[in-house]
Amino acid sequence: MSVLVYTENWSGKFKKLSYEIVSFAAAIAKEMGSPVTALSIGHVADDELKSLGKYGANKVLNVQDDRFESLDNKALADAVAKAAESESAKVVIFAHNNEGKAIAPRVSVKLNAGLVTGVTGLPVSVDPFVVRKKVFTGKAFANIQIKTDVKVITFAQNSYEVVETPTDTAIEAFDPQISDGEFNTVVKDTHLITGKVLLTDAEIVVSGGRGMKGPENWGGLEELGELLGAGMACSRPVSDEGWRSHEEHVGQTGKIIAPNLYLAFGISGAIQHLGGVNSSKYIVAINKDPEAPIFEASDYGIVGDAFKVIPQLIEAVKEMKANK
Amino acid sequence: MKILVLISNVPDTTTKIRFTGDNKAFDATGVQWIINPWDELALTRAMELKEAGGVEKITVANVGAKITEPTLRKALAVGADDAIRIDAEPLDAYFVATQLAEVAKDYDLILAGIEASDYNGAGVGGMLAEMMGINSVSAVSGIDLENGELKIHRDIDGGSQVLTVPTPLVAIVQKGIAIDPRIPAMRGIMMARKKPLNVVPPVDAEARTEFLTYELPAPKAACKMVDEDNAKELVRLLREEAKVL
Ligand SMILES: Cc1cc2nc3c(=O)[nH]c(=O)nc-3n(C[C@H](O)[C@H](O)[C@H](O)COP(=O)(O)OP(=O)(O)OC[C@H]3O[C@@H](n4cnc5c(N)ncnc54)[C@H](O)[C@@H]3O)c2cc1C
Ligand SMILES: Cc1cc2nc3c(=O)[nH]c(=O)nc-3n(C[C@H](O)[C@H](O)[C@H](O)COP(=O)(O)OP(=O)(O)OC[C@H]3O[C@@H](n4cnc5c(N)ncnc54)[C@H](O)[C@@H]3O)c2cc1C
Repeated sequence: MSVLVYTENWSGKFKKLSYEIVSFAAAIAKEMGSPVTALSIGHVADDELKSLGKYGANKVLNVQDDRFESLDNKALADAVAKAAESESAKVVIFAHNNEGKAIAPRVSVKLNAGLVTGVTGLPVSVDPFVVRKKVFTGKAFANIQIKTDVKVITFAQNSYEVVETPTDTAIEAFDPQISDGEFNTVVKDTHLITGKVLLTDAEIVVSGGRGMKGPENWGGLEELGELLGAGMACSRPVSDEGWRSHEEHVGQTGKIIAPNLYLAFGISGAIQHLGGVNSSKYIVAINKDPEAPIFEASDYGIVGDAFKVIPQLIEAVKEMKANK
Repeated sequence: MKILVLISNVPDTTTKIRFTGDNKAFDATGVQWIINPWDELALTRAMELKEAGGVEKITVANVGAKITEPTLRKALAVGADDAIRIDAEPLDAYFVATQLAEVAKDYDLILAGIEASDYNGAGVGGMLAEMMGINSVSAVSGIDLENGELKIHRDIDGGSQVLTVPTPLVAIVQKGIAIDPRIPAMRGIMMARKKPLNVVPPVDAEARTEFLTYELPAPKAACKMVDEDNAKELVRLLREEAKVL
């Protein structure tokens, strides 16, 4: 019996998310009285794999097979299911991101397991196995019981603190024995965004809406973003108008983010917009309309003209950094 | 090429969410039902591909009770050729996928949304592909059809890729798949009345999850207001009180 956690690496390195999800798995395993096995697919150096032990992984299954680089959903699911079987895993955990969402549903079918995605914290109880998640796009929470013997869950990023529980970690090579015929995804072209803070990784996000009036007015927001090491976001009309790239659109029909701080300039706070940002720890709104619904969802606010506030904020942040 | 678009019937995105009976069930009183936004965009893209040639037929399918028929009619009005309703209360993603697997066999391309905006399960598309033993690609942000071959655009963490994947294929779509959803025109609405909407009985399947209770989020504390010309105070609060700077 064990808890299996699927880890991703970025060019051979783990990120905060990897440690967060291993910490989360370790906490569940502790409640169940079982060990934690981490699965790593790709070329990750032993030292880096060992670092998972700091967060509670008792064992790391290391799959080194270049064929998985195409992220073929079917082959990956097969590999994870084989690892789960060889470890007699009772709970299999993925991150609730592109890769996790792609593979977890397939794995759940393979393992005859029930699936709950986007789990926002430790299980309410492990026997019966009840987890909590957001439903209705952030407008409510649900407590859901998984009734099968094996459970598959995906974990919502930024909903568990990284905790260190140093453990001895054994690294084992693992060959899931997937035949060539299972790999059917052929990558023709890859485009990576470089030199920018990824929106889904960002701890601070600076976001602009239609109140910014036009693409020529983003200079101040970008400067503020750079000073804060923030990711940039926008409301849907802003990306629809082509003022900003579609990559930056957040909301129900865009990216769903959960940074520590979300700064909204000239955004009214429509329900569909809030659906993408309401998991942020703190929301700050700058809007000239005191009745704008964004203030109801915010922790701090300024009623005022964004064009006046932005330069002042830049100065204030510069001053803060100088005194740090 | 034949395309199947999976349609989830969900409350309008502005619905005020309430629960009944000790918070054990969603209160559907007075709710307006719509096509799940992702499914609407998937159908829009399917229509565009059909208009460009190379697609013979577009079918839409839903697992749901009779109340979902207006939603399916709307999909027909947008331009789907026919519709299938599997007559069952959808219990969870596993139950839904099991039902869909029965009707999805004849299609080359199956389009599912990344998640339904009600229960946010993010499960049906991938489960269906696994049950059928076929390929799937998730986070799909574009689909092109060039000389009978599909080019799939997908988002990956920190970028995007262009892929080829053999059919039959389940593409799980998200932002970018189409920009503006098609709205049915009068002519489409008239034609939709005559298009086939086939009702099929469900197969036996059990749900693997059970939604026990719901809660509304705790009301947010009042927003702390700072003067327009006091950005410095805002920075101080974020730093000293919220501790996020
Ligand atoms: C099915 C569906 C899905 C949707 N999905 C999304 C989504 O994913 N994301 C999303 O964002 N929207 C989404 N929308 C659209 C959403 O309903 C709103 O229309 C949109 O969020 C409004 O964007 P906005 O706040 O930038 O613009 P507006 O609503 O026009 O608000 C502009 C705000 O700027 C303020 N303002 C103007 N000038 C200034 C100034 N000088 N200084 C300060 N403030 C100023 C105004 O007071 C106003 O509050 C969706 C809608 C539907 C129907
Ligand atoms: C407690 C509970 C109560 C429910 N009550 C109702 C109800 O009263 N009325 C009702 O209509 N539904 C109801 N549902 C069903 C729900 O709307 C979904 O259809 C089903 O649970 C799958 O949801 P999901 O969030 O896992 O879908 P996801 O996996 O998030 O959906 C992804 C995609 O799968 C496809 N898909 C999802 N559901 C269906 C479906 N039913 N038919 C065809 N394609 C689909 C769509 O393409 C969708 O974009 C209920 C579900 C639960 C859990």
